[in-house]
Amino acid sequence: MYVAVKGGETAIENSWKLLAETRRGDPAVPELSLAQIAGQMPLAVARVMGEGSLYDPGLAALAIKQASGDLVEAIFLLRAYRTTLPRIAVSLPLDTSRMALRRRISATFKDLPGGQILGPTYDYTQRLLDFSLAADESGAQATRAGSAAEPVPDAMPRVADLLGDEGLLEAEIPPAGDPEPADLTREPLDFPAARAARLQNLARGDEGFLLALGYSTQRGYAWNHPFSGEIRMGEAAVEIVPEELGFAIDIGEITVTECQMVNQFAGAAGKPPQFTRGYGLVFGASERKAMAMALVDRALRARELSESAGSPAQDEEFVLYHSDNVEASGFVQHLKLPHYVDFQSELELIRKLRAAAGAKDEAA
Amino acid sequence: MNHGTAADATAGYNFAYLDEQTKRMIRRAILKAVAIPGYQVPFGSREMPLPYGWGTGGIQVTAAVIGPHDVLKVIDQGSDDTTNAVNIRRFFRATTGVATTERTTEATLIQTRHRIPETPLAEGQILVYQVPIPEPLRWLEPSEAETRRMHALAEYGLMHVKLYEDISRHGKIATTYDYPVRVNGRYLMRPSPIPKFDNPKMDRNPALQLFGAGREKRIYAVPPHTPVKSLDFEDHPFEVQTWDRCCAFCGATDSFLDEIVTDDRGGRMFVCSDTDYCRGRREQAHAAPAPVEKATA
Repeated sequence: MYVAVKGGETAIENSWKLLAETRRGDPAVPELSLAQIAGQMPLAVARVMGEGSLYDPGLAALAIKQASGDLVEAIFLLRAYRTTLPRIAVSLPLDTSRMALRRRISATFKDLPGGQILGPTYDYTQRLLDFSLAADESGAQATRAGSAAEPVPDAMPRVADLLGDEGLLEAEIPPAGDPEPADLTREPLDFPAARAARLQNLARGDEGFLLALGYSTQRGYAWNHPFSGEIRMGEAAVEIVPEELGFAIDIGEITVTECQMVNQFAGAAGKPPQFTRGYGLVFGASERKAMAMALVDRALRARELSESAGSPAQDEEFVLYHSDNVEASGFVQHLKLPHYVDFQSELELIRKLRAAAGAKDEAA
Repeated sequence: MNHGTAADATAGYNFAYLDEQTKRMIRRAILKAVAIPGYQVPFGSREMPLPYGWGTGGIQVTAAVIGPHDVLKVIDQGSDDTTNAVNIRRFFRATTGVATTERTTEATLIQTRHRIPETPLAEGQILVYQVPIPEPLRWLEPSEAETRRMHALAEYGLMHVKLYEDISRHGKIATTYDYPVRVNGRYLMRPSPIPKFDNPKMDRNPALQLFGAGREKRIYAVPPHTPVKSLDFEDHPFEVQTWDRCCAFCGATDSFLDEIVTDDRGGRMFVCSDTDYCRGRREQAHAAPAPVEKATA
């Protein structure tokens, strides 16, 4: 008797048990704690928070642990949790000029008010495996960076603001009435999408996808002469205005990385030549993503700036519909689900077509 | 990971998982869909605790319409016992506590992937389809902005050209599932990947048919008794799959048959894809013929 379609329930329960066992690994090795993950894998946690659209290092660490380190799965777990939360308030725009900076660099000016601050970066490490890290934790006592560095000024002007003062860089003015931005977790995307909706989509988008698209713009598919005007990372205050108070209160701070790309623009009818901007903002320290996002944001502005728009990175529907890794991962992997019925339909057709072709050959 | 019993796994979640505001938003989309048969209504699809592409649209529609007195049936490929059907049924059992059944006739609400049950549906029943790609014109036109315009203008010539090209190349229409239909003489609709064998069942069906596409964020509907016509040509009328054998278990000749490979020497067996229909017939003691036959090309 054919039984393979029976017993799904038990099979599923057994697969859960195997999964738990595989996740835990060798029980002789101590289990990872959430504090360890949040504290020692901050870049993984940042990616999960960013693409999971939920700023909560503890929950992100839990998701990473539960997902056995599969970050896309962890992002999915965090999203599925996030969707059950009420939306309590909309914050005021983050004022990144008042961030507590840990890193700030500009590739356009040698020196600038506030100076360049390298901060914690892998940029200037020699990529040699550090075998001292392989030694047991006992020996490797973290070296404290001693507060050798001079204190960073409280407010540090953004490069974009310096250029803007001269009118060389396009001004970024909120749309009339400064409407509440779209919330893609509540409303479906609509085309043409507003820039705020596009930026939200990119901020949630898959780092690898944006990286490849951003890279493609540098290789001739939507070339737009980018310069890293400024990249800054640090802690920004989040403020809301509760209705009953009527003034802004600080509800905490979040770590963000902001990238302002400065791009050439030859000018158009009624617009003098000017530098234009691409913008990237992501949770945590995540420069690669912020820069890729800024490149793609600028590429998506092609139509607005009357540029030719034939490259993938400039195709709004292509980019925005395919950037989400939770959607992409689910749909690609749904091919694992049974498709017996569709396949049977195709089998029947192919057999008929082949039989017809065979009959024709015999007749000939 | 908490895979415990229903009570502890879902403590703190609303009935049927979604909060009432979200359900209301989905119900409004459903009402609009029912009012404009075959039209794809955009909705604020939520991130569900199951992966996109695995039935999140159908699950949201079911969650929005299910009540405590409903009796739920979930099928995938016609079967109640495939893993994905089991998983979704378990999800609703845990989040609603409603009764579930495998019998088509007992169910008030049926969520399905890729099949319409063989047993005719009745007035009062709701059939919820899981839809991967709702747009029937998608393979012909990738842009959503463009396909929405084509629907607005009822500009469906492209699809007829595609079907015509099939005929000129193969002598017949080479679409076997997800076969496009025209609903109530107006909107071109994708019936989700059901085999075209099931298309005629959609026509003037007394049950309410709801379609949910979670990843693509669309809901559409075929209200009871609405005409649904599969596209065809006068000289190439629409036709459904046929088999020159019957179900090896129940002897049915009128149901969609799955082909099962029984050995590595070409042995094949054909059985009903609708497991409830098959079991019902066996309970009524229909004799089964010899089970294994050689496949013919």
